[in-house]
Amino acid sequence: MAHAVDHAVPTPAILREVNPAVLPRAVLVENNRSFSWITEKICGIIEAKTPTWWWVCFSLACFVASFTVAGIIYLVATGVGVWGHANPVNWAWDIVNFVFWIGIGHAGTLISAILCLLRQKWRTSINRAAEAMTIFAVVCAGIFPVFHVGRVWYAWYLFPIPNSNVIWQNFRSPLEWDVFAVSTYGTVSVLFWYIGLLPDLAVLRDRFFAAGNTFRSFLYGLFALGWRGSNRHWSNYEMAYLILAGISTPLVLSVHTIVSFDFAVSLLPGWHTTIFPPYFVAGAIFSGFGMVLTLMLPLRAIYGLQDLITQYHIDCMCKITLATGTIVGYAYGMEFFIAWYSTNPYEGFAFVNRAFGHYAWAYWVMISCNVITPQFFWFKSVRENTSLVWILSIFVNVGMWFERFVIIVTSLARDFLPSSWGYYSPSIVEIFTFFGTFGVFSVLFLLFIRFLPVMPMAELKAVLPQADVHGGRGLNDKH
Amino acid sequence: MAANSYGLIATFETVPELYHAAEQVRDAGYRNWDCITPFPVHGLDKAMGLKRSIVPRISLAGGITGFITGMSMIWWTGAVDYTLIVGGKPLFSPMFAFPVSYELTILFTAFATILGMFFVNGLPMHYHPVLKYDQIRRGMDDTFFIVIEASDPRFNLANTKSLLAKAGGKAITELEP
Repeated sequence: MAHAVDHAVPTPAILREVNPAVLPRAVLVENNRSFSWITEKICGIIEAKTPTWWWVCFSLACFVASFTVAGIIYLVATGVGVWGHANPVNWAWDIVNFVFWIGIGHAGTLISAILCLLRQKWRTSINRAAEAMTIFAVVCAGIFPVFHVGRVWYAWYLFPIPNSNVIWQNFRSPLEWDVFAVSTYGTVSVLFWYIGLLPDLAVLRDRFFAAGNTFRSFLYGLFALGWRGSNRHWSNYEMAYLILAGISTPLVLSVHTIVSFDFAVSLLPGWHTTIFPPYFVAGAIFSGFGMVLTLMLPLRAIYGLQDLITQYHIDCMCKITLATGTIVGYAYGMEFFIAWYSTNPYEGFAFVNRAFGHYAWAYWVMISCNVITPQFFWFKSVRENTSLVWILSIFVNVGMWFERFVIIVTSLARDFLPSSWGYYSPSIVEIFTFFGTFGVFSVLFLLFIRFLPVMPMAELKAVLPQADVHGGRGLNDKH
Repeated sequence: MAANSYGLIATFETVPELYHAAEQVRDAGYRNWDCITPFPVHGLDKAMGLKRSIVPRISLAGGITGFITGMSMIWWTGAVDYTLIVGGKPLFSPMFAFPVSYELTILFTAFATILGMFFVNGLPMHYHPVLKYDQIRRGMDDTFFIVIEASDPRFNLANTKSLLAKAGGKAITELEP
């Protein structure tokens, strides 16, 4: 891993004696690219004429997104009964989709915050797009809880705003915690993203001004806030960025912990378990990395970004997917073990029912996608086969959706009393609404890659060897 | 001439050149000067003699405010303004108030950090003499500049110019105010 070498420390005599082997650093930008090459490459994407494939994809994405719009309009006009929920399954696709999308967002924050704190410099080329993915995933996630309240115009009752009933929210409820967790998450993700964009917007401002496009220069300049690359500014900026990374790390862990409290704090067999918070967080990062791979691999191929997203980056992402996928697999096993070990008959039944009951098909889809798929990433030949990695990443996404479906629906459909058992199937309206969110996500993501720099240029330049104040020389050099 | 110019700007092509020039300007005792870089150059703060940023203190203040806001909001709404017993639970306990207070701590810290950073940096500032320099676009791309302001007590057009030239600065230009 590329660590910053502390040049202030003189070489100790012992090192000259033992002559330690020089460990090669991972090259983060291949082919010895220059600073201006990075600027040209990233800005070139925005400045070039809109490619035809973009219009095709954008039209398709708008069409798919219209399913969500239509589904929501129908729901608001008719009532929440148009979804397939019925006693006893009163939570179904809405919460499944919410947890699915919010989980996808978590990889973005992991890359931008946790990897920043761990000084994993390979994050630089993927963090911008991953953060964008986070924000758009939170947008898609937010649709479901907001509209599942039924009378969406009362959704503001979720926030502690004085209302005509003079009653306040129940802060003992994990659902209320969720409101704060998700809205904080969305807000902080946007702030973090914007702060990262600030220097790059200044680059675009000056480039469009030089090209004579004063309108776009004005727009980028408006949001660049007059950034001028001053080192006095950079000093405060870097500190602010580090603090944001520092607070986003507990944030991302707390958000999915609180999402898992929605279930774990209830008394339902299959939900009421202490393993939920870490298991949900690992699952979220697993699904998020699946989605990052799904998005970044085509982006890399289309824009020829192989020098910036190298095989090393893909390896790293595959290995994190493997690690978190294995944690998820371990959690599945541990849930079964605890269900048996607790000797609680309801708990035991809930898990046997998951694997062999009416929803066994969903359970086995989940197991094959989440436990088996990532194991392929042990093999270097698989990690180097970009198409195969992309296909496997799709399986990860599918598997993680099914995980939430299995957890939520099987526990509700078969709780304590057989008299209150049921079977849930989604209605066409909720299928359309969910299907459409992929369009909503794609529309936002396509707009992002068209109008904003897909990679943080300033951060990429800072990891180049020539960005070193001593000219990129090693520890053993005299200076 | 010096009276009606903002200062002098000198160009440096590489990071090491900029770094060593910054050390020389620092050692010459200048105060109102700056480096313009396309990315944060690690170690330059020390070469410029900058102190540690005060942004973390603002963040801490934001975080404490957020936590107190969360706790007191939940206490006031649940135990003072409208007392309602739910499930036989106490009207207020720091345990159930913790998750929301925790999230508000993070939210307020984030806002304090960013607004604090803008405040300390004096942003937004859409007009600045440095931005009028015709080569500034390259300062956002791959070139490095040192700007010494005319307001610096040690500023003297000829001497400052020779210092920058001695430090390896090229294309030394006066900036319009």
